[in-house]
Amino acid sequence: MTADRVVLGIESSCDETGAGLVRLGADGSVQLLADAVASSVDQHARYGGVVPEIASRAHLEAMAPTVQRALDESGLRLSDVDAVAVTAGPGLAGALLVGVSAAKGYAAALGVPLYGVNHLAGHIAVDTLQHGALPERSLALLVSGGHTQLLLVDDVAGRITEVGSTIDDAAGEAYDKVARILDLPYPGGPPIDAQAALGDPEAIDFPRGLTGPRDAAYDFSFSGLKTAVARWVETEQQAGREISVPDVCASFQEAVADVLTRKAVRAAQDHDVRTLVISGGVAANARLAALARERCAAAGILLRVPKPRLCTDNGAMIAALGAHVLASGTEPSPLDMATDPGLPVTSVSVTDGAATRTP
Amino acid sequence: MLVIALDTSTPAVTAGLVALRDGGPRALAERAVLNPRAHGELLVPLLREAAAEAGHRLADADAIVVGAGPGPFTGLRVGMATAAALGQALDVPVHPVCGLDAVALRVPAGESLLVAADARRKEVYWAAYDAERNRVDGPHVDRAADVPTEGVHQVAGEMAGELGLEPVEPRFPDAAGLVAAARTSLDAAPHPLVPVYLRRPDAAEPAARKSVLVRGER
Ligand SMILES: [Zn+2]
Repeated sequence: MTADRVVLGIESSCDETGAGLVRLGADGSVQLLADAVASSVDQHARYGGVVPEIASRAHLEAMAPTVQRALDESGLRLSDVDAVAVTAGPGLAGALLVGVSAAKGYAAALGVPLYGVNHLAGHIAVDTLQHGALPERSLALLVSGGHTQLLLVDDVAGRITEVGSTIDDAAGEAYDKVARILDLPYPGGPPIDAQAALGDPEAIDFPRGLTGPRDAAYDFSFSGLKTAVARWVETEQQAGREISVPDVCASFQEAVADVLTRKAVRAAQDHDVRTLVISGGVAANARLAALARERCAAAGILLRVPKPRLCTDNGAMIAALGAHVLASGTEPSPLDMATDPGLPVTSVSVTDGAATRTP
Repeated sequence: MLVIALDTSTPAVTAGLVALRDGGPRALAERAVLNPRAHGELLVPLLREAAAEAGHRLADADAIVVGAGPGPFTGLRVGMATAAALGQALDVPVHPVCGLDAVALRVPAGESLLVAADARRKEVYWAAYDAERNRVDGPHVDRAADVPTEGVHQVAGEMAGELGLEPVEPRFPDAAGLVAAARTSLDAAPHPLVPVYLRRPDAAEPAARKSVLVRGER
């Protein structure tokens, strides 16, 4: 029987620098020990979106202090770490490289294995820190500023397949763009959610993208919705009518939540899956959670949504995934592992390096 | 004193183990590969190779010296992030040095010197040194034609051929040069590990929109 092992997780794929520590029990259970995050979101606000170079600079500055905070929080030292996991992709190239470089430094100095893992799989794995092991088969809906995907999870440490994804904007991107149309701050999720709570979700009938009978059943499209909001606002302005921002927000949010939950529930039913995990930054959205709860209950599907702190990008999700990959006996990543900004979700962990890759 | 030396501020990825005694820095083993697109893949494996050849474990190191730029941002950060993590895990100080200094200190003293490295966008990173290799100007980033060369005879570094002076070796920082550049600070507390970018990030603020909207109160 193996003893408990401590996994350090490092995340730097977008604008959050994350360092997390989890304990992998001999029975395969994972327990959260620490979760430290530094965000550069404020530095991007005036640009209305993440500026890659600003994010990369912030990662370099924040990395070692964030790892130190996680250690202090857990009362552990780096010498207690038995494996290092790091986001190898998908994400911003320059940002990923900072985390991977640091992770290689930690792994080489400590003489412990390195696991380059998939950020998307991390969003799913994080739920096991709160709700325990996943059932044999589950469906995951990932919604954030960077991703909108439906994933079939047979084994979070090894077998994940994409069922559907956005064909244009991510859901969180649509929030940011609509917030900009309405002069609300960046990022758009929290202010739209707040305004929506005061408005009428049925005030305006915004389009539900890709929900026609001939459309791809599990794919998403939010670019048309964003355009519809812009056009509606412009038309009202030209007509000299006063616009109710709460009504626009509530109606927009309703359209997003409706499509996301409708397709997720349908995919679960079609694939005969009884558990739905919703994760990613947009999972913290009040209306999405409420509608998902309602529809899952009606369909007899068990809904698992990690707490907001775990849903957004963090190091704990990478540590949790690293722990599951470690427990599965998968080979570690070589120290010449490359980052992959477009890493497909089917690659849960990276096992080849530059030296073994065919040119 | 055993020092790990790392640099990724140029197309060369450099890692070495350096012994520092009274006679100055001496590289025990060193690896350098020219590949501007694979800093992240190459650096740690090269460091491990160098350590193995030197017959040392990384944990034997007493300090780390890393080139802090100036250099192209993405590659530069590989060395700095790696060095910071190594230092934290090995519990040894990490000393940042100017990569141009590391080149200058490998050119025999005697004449004033410029060091110029590729800053892309048709510009060079450069610094000027006196006959004793003290940095007297820079680092700066400018077009090669705008670098003041009056009274200078030699130029080293990757872009040595661009300034119309007598080009001399070396072209890139090496392990001994990096440690030499840290020579006056190795006994003191390290300077903050701050990269020398010399350029702001490219980012444009979107134009402001006029608002005619009514917002809900909360
Ligand atoms: Zn994410």
